[in-house]
Order: sequence, then C-alpha cells, then structure tokens
Amino acid sequence: MDALRRTLLKGAGATGAIAAAIAAGVLKPSQVLAAEYNRAAFEAKDMAGALKNIGAASAADSTGIAIKAPDIAENGAVVPVDVSSSIPNTISLAVLVDKNPLPLSSAFDFANGALPEMALRLKMGQTSLVEVVAKTADGKYYKAKKEVKVTVGGCGG
Amino acid sequence: MADPMKIRAQMKGDTAEIRVLMSHPMETGQRKDNAGNTVPAHYIQSITVDVGGKRVIQGQTATSVSRNPVFGFRVKGAKAGDKVVIHWEDNKGDKRTDEATIAA
Repeated sequence: MDALRRTLLKGAGATGAIAAAIAAGVLKPSQVLAAEYNRAAFEAKDMAGALKNIGAASAADSTGIAIKAPDIAENGAVVPVDVSSSIPNTISLAVLVDKNPLPLSSAFDFANGALPEMALRLKMGQTSLVEVVAKTADGKYYKAKKEVKVTVGGCGG
Repeated sequence: MADPMKIRAQMKGDTAEIRVLMSHPMETGQRKDNAGNTVPAHYIQSITVDVGGKRVIQGQTATSVSRNPVFGFRVKGAKAGDKVVIHWEDNKGDKRTDEATIAA
C-alpha cells in the first residue's frame, strides 16, 4: 500500500517537472516534435526581413526554379501555386508573397525521395510578386519570382 | 479537435503523388469580425509528412496560406501500400494526425 503511494507520488513529481519546464519556456511544446518554428522569419513584415531570417538575403536569381501561378488571380484568398526546383540537390523551398503583411508563407524541407516541388494555395492581399527561394544541400540559396495580379484581395476581406 | 484531413496518395510510375486537404480557418490576425473586433491569428505552423515510416517532408507555414490549406507533394521511390502519415500543429497548440495508404 505504502509502496504504491510512493510510486504515484514519484510519477506526479515527474509530470510536474515537465509542466514547469514548459511553463518556464525551457521546453516549448513544438520543439518536442519538430524543429523550432522560425518565428523571426515568419513574422518579418517585409521581404528583406523574411529573406534575411531564412538565411537567403543574398540568394542568386536562377532559372532552375519553376513557378506555376495564374497571371491574374480573380480571388486573392485562394491562389493556386505550383513550385518546383530543377537545381541539383535542392533540399528546401520557401514561398513568399512580396506585398502581403507577412510575406513568408511557407518553407518546406524535402528528404528521403521527396521531390523538391510542391503545390499550395496562397492568400494574396494585392497584386504582388510571388518569390520562391530554393536551398541546396551545400547551403547555397537561389530564387525566382513571378508577378500575380489580384483583382479581389484575400487578406482582411 | 479539427476535422480529419483528406489525403489522396497514388502511384504514378515510380513516384507517389500525395495531395492533402487540411481543414483549418488559417486566420491572419488582420481580419475584423462584424463587431469590429480583430479576429486573433489562428494558423497551422508546422506540417510533417512520413511515407513508409520515413520523414520525407517537414515544413512550416504561416498566415499567407489559404484557408483549408491544400498541399501537393511527390515522393520518388515510394511503393503502393506504403503508409502516408501527415501531421500538423497550429499556433494554438491544436494538432491532428491522419494517415492513408498509397494506392497503386
């Protein structure tokens, strides 16, 4: 009886310690599962800031990145965009919308056979450049852009 | 708890095509409701895709992604019958994991 109580107390103590660590900000819940959220990049309010925070401030223009997006999007809330990179050893792609309040929309890493391409749907507040940044395994950055005209904005409605 | 994702995974040659629709409001934090109050930001922050037990894609997203996000990926070397497991987590700590099997 007494032994059981000891065990329970120990268990409670351990859980408490983890909760305290989370509360203290030592262990963020997201860190346990995946890489830490790149808050600085995603909350950057302009292109330069976003690019800097993903490490791509000096990305070179490249024709190896293909961006498939409509020239004119009627509905800025849903703009279908296909991006792909034919640059060898591309391990990561990021998609940014120049004129959005927070330009960086997404950044994806590819491994174990995943091809460096993705299809996604973007929100666009107004006519803007869509920029795609590719990162290669040796740490080099490349970018390409395409303008999409928006007739009805998708941010803030 | 958010609604289940819709996952479609199919082989095309030696490449698996995976499309996923996530059910999520993706609030930007800039929109105001009818009463003029700002609707707080609520968006998916991280996404992972595992195929056949291996992590193939991991990514982070923010508010510039449309409501009910749709993503398409292609994975070379996957086989019909492999299990696809997709997980997302949002900025409020909500999360969801769904799986599907790659069709031939």
